[in-house]
Amino acid sequence: MKTYDKLIFELSKPGRKGYSLPENEYKTDGLSSIPKDLLRKEVADLPEVSELDVVRHFTNLSSKNFGVDTGFYPLGSCTMKYNPKINEELSALPSFTNLHPLQSEKTVQGALELYWNLQEMLSNIAGLAEFTLNPYAGAHGELTGLMVMRQYHISRGDEKRKKVIVPNSAHGTNPASAMVAGLEVVEVKSKPNGSIDVEDLKPLLDDSVAGIMMTNPNTLGMFETEIMEIANLVHNAGGLLYYDGANLNPLLGKVRPGDMGFDIMHINLHKTFSTPHGGGGPGSGPVGVAKHLVDFLPNPRVVKNEDGSFSIKSEDQSLGNISSFLGNFGVMMKAYAYILSLGKENIKNVGPLATLNANYIKESLKDDYLLPIEGVCKHEFVFDGLKDKSTGVTTLNVAKRLLDYGFHAPTIYFPLLFHESMMIEPTETESKETLDEFIDVMHTVAKEARENPEVVKSAPLTTIVRKLDETSAAKNPILSYRSLKANAK
Amino acid sequence: MSDKYMPHTNEEIQEMLEKIGVESINDLYKDVPEEVIFTEEYDIPSSMSEIELRRHFEELGKKNKTLTVFSGGGVYDHYSPSVVSHLLQRSEFYTAYTPYQPEISQGTLQYIFEYQSMISELTGLEATNASMYDGATSAAEVIFMMVASSKKRNRVLISSTIHQRVVDVIKTYAKFHGIELTIIPEKNGVTDLEAIDEELQKDDVAGVLVPTPNKYGIIEDYSGLADKIHSKKGYFGIYADPSTLAVLRTPAEWNADVACGDGQSLGMPLNFGGPYLGFISCSKTMIRKMPGRVVGATKDADGKRAYVLTLQAREQHIRREKATSNICSNQSLMALYATVYLSLLGKKGLEEVNTMCCDGAHYLYNLLLASGKFKAVFDKPFLKEFLVETSLDMEKVNQRLLDNGIQGGLKVGENKVLFAVTEKRTKEEIETLVNLMLEEEK
Repeated sequence: MKTYDKLIFELSKPGRKGYSLPENEYKTDGLSSIPKDLLRKEVADLPEVSELDVVRHFTNLSSKNFGVDTGFYPLGSCTMKYNPKINEELSALPSFTNLHPLQSEKTVQGALELYWNLQEMLSNIAGLAEFTLNPYAGAHGELTGLMVMRQYHISRGDEKRKKVIVPNSAHGTNPASAMVAGLEVVEVKSKPNGSIDVEDLKPLLDDSVAGIMMTNPNTLGMFETEIMEIANLVHNAGGLLYYDGANLNPLLGKVRPGDMGFDIMHINLHKTFSTPHGGGGPGSGPVGVAKHLVDFLPNPRVVKNEDGSFSIKSEDQSLGNISSFLGNFGVMMKAYAYILSLGKENIKNVGPLATLNANYIKESLKDDYLLPIEGVCKHEFVFDGLKDKSTGVTTLNVAKRLLDYGFHAPTIYFPLLFHESMMIEPTETESKETLDEFIDVMHTVAKEARENPEVVKSAPLTTIVRKLDETSAAKNPILSYRSLKANAK
Repeated sequence: MSDKYMPHTNEEIQEMLEKIGVESINDLYKDVPEEVIFTEEYDIPSSMSEIELRRHFEELGKKNKTLTVFSGGGVYDHYSPSVVSHLLQRSEFYTAYTPYQPEISQGTLQYIFEYQSMISELTGLEATNASMYDGATSAAEVIFMMVASSKKRNRVLISSTIHQRVVDVIKTYAKFHGIELTIIPEKNGVTDLEAIDEELQKDDVAGVLVPTPNKYGIIEDYSGLADKIHSKKGYFGIYADPSTLAVLRTPAEWNADVACGDGQSLGMPLNFGGPYLGFISCSKTMIRKMPGRVVGATKDADGKRAYVLTLQAREQHIRREKATSNICSNQSLMALYATVYLSLLGKKGLEEVNTMCCDGAHYLYNLLLASGKFKAVFDKPFLKEFLVETSLDMEKVNQRLLDNGIQGGLKVGENKVLFAVTEKRTKEEIETLVNLMLEEEK
């Protein structure tokens, strides 16, 4: 179906339909009671297509996609692990999907119990006191966590604390979330090995510091060995420690963020806890806090009553509401199923095996790719492009060539610490055979770069579409079918 | 260490350790200070087989009660054709990452392009982004857009007739970001337009956000409002229920600059509050201040039509603290949901859905008024949701309804009730609802 390139609008024929509705039994003609001026004048130009048209169209579109079920994603910082099928099925149970968020509390006790149980499990895994599951995504969790941080300082009458320290190697969402939360970003330098430079940090720690955002392991996949000293310094200066949970996976079974001195963190359920990425969401970004911050968590909250029942509550000291209801509940159901499937016996192996996989790839490829930082990594690591720079083959070229070989590309040009960053994260769900295939292909590409660089530079060659004209897409944005049609004229 | 989600055999682990040059997996954590190593066992249940897991979920499910729903409040029990959930289950869609590698993500990119096109058809505005988390957060981001677009102004007016939950989220975002909000009071169930006019005279208003329909289900009349806001150099935004835009006057027809809202009404399951999606549509002038991902049409090296993420210079991964928003993941798969739903319903279907909702709601409204126990609160036009006042004890009435498997209207204050009727409700269900409510106390 490689040739299929129709838009659904282009299948439209006046009079076709893809739905059925019961006969209208009412004789009320409700719309006639609405003044004409309040009604739509021009009809929305939605497609008119048959049910089979729709089924074939979207099935054909799906064949133009790469997913975890298609093949390996060595995508650094994204933790593209297998998305278990049973989780999809359980999250679609009508006894949950048919619940209206405002229906009587007595009739949603199972849903509230699930929320509570998952919240408790995450608290235990993180070494923190309590989680809110309301945030919709990782960046939303960061924002919520930073609001908790500010609310804490405001509650103590310490309103001048508006600086948040962010390493220059941090994920782009960190400084952006700080900006949205009304905080000022101050960058702290990284040492050549990517770790926070403690000497650079010290002078930043004055009484205007709200806190620091860190991830550990950091974005180079290296454990911040001076974490306890950093925690002490920040706490002594009156600041709080925020943990960006994007890199939590290697710590499962080994280290709890709360035990490293972190006060607030978010977890990406769509990374560490196996829920699908969905082509860019829905995700879920639960936020956990230490005991002294529990009161500031967003409303509404799920609480367990003395009689074992559950209620939805709002607290006065809370930072406020950050979501319409209790977050992406359907996503939580999948993460809950995943934790229960693994159980305490298996979940502790997640971190170690993810770390084993990453180190295995690193050691197998460092002959052809430039490893800027030697030593044991955690769940991911970064190459600074090909070792042999004489060919002119860039990280982007290698990434695109991998697509020809049936692999997703690594995360590229991030972190910003190196010119040719290529960030690789395999996750624990990949077998040694898959890793070996990937390693072989990476060696093949390196060989091609030496012997036939033009092939790599013109990649991808075999994908459904080839290199795209991104410049003209941005210069003259065509964002809808209507504008596409107008542009064709 | 092997498990169904972790395929490593002991032999493989040994081979890999040899390649790495360490003796045990623990050696891979030698750099971690001993004091932070977790040596206990997690306090979580033991591993469950699929059979046990299924049983556990079924037991939890039994503690819920699925009801015949007459509540709305921004979330509506619309019907979604079978095809939608079938197509959503294609794992090429749901196991994909964000389409940063366009050559192998044309499926995702094209459906987002179609989604943008369809939402733009509904709102009438040129540009729509790839989705936001929910209606409330999309509204909060629209407030940011207004302030960013107006440059020097920092005050936004929002109508108190927007759903309270949406107002609450806007308040939180505004409080932390440092935006001044003025809540415009309601007058007879609708936004007090004179109050907006007064505030506009201060020449410091970046934008105004009002709803359609509003939190009481009323379709407000915004005649003349756009001109007033624009003459004072403010941006005009409408918080809209996208399903109703098939029949109601659109944000573009009201001459608004930006629209936002919750996509749940496009057939999405109630899902106990999520996942749904938020949408933002805007006119050309605001595109570069719009948050989130956007897909544009372009061509590949062979001249073939293709789709790609575009205008990325606005986004957090490029601009960091100077980005228009911190949003990264959105609700992409729910955008596919909306796209498939709108493809099936099409031009006629969505109109028909609205007609049925409207007729059903008016049927219920007439029955209630005829009973003598309910009276109208505002005499204003409505579509699928309306507010009535009652002399009945609604606590007791709602309990009686629950005992009969019905979620009645939402209680508003002491003696008012907000009812919503969708195309899923039948005439018979409506009559049962009314009869049960009117039943004498036993």
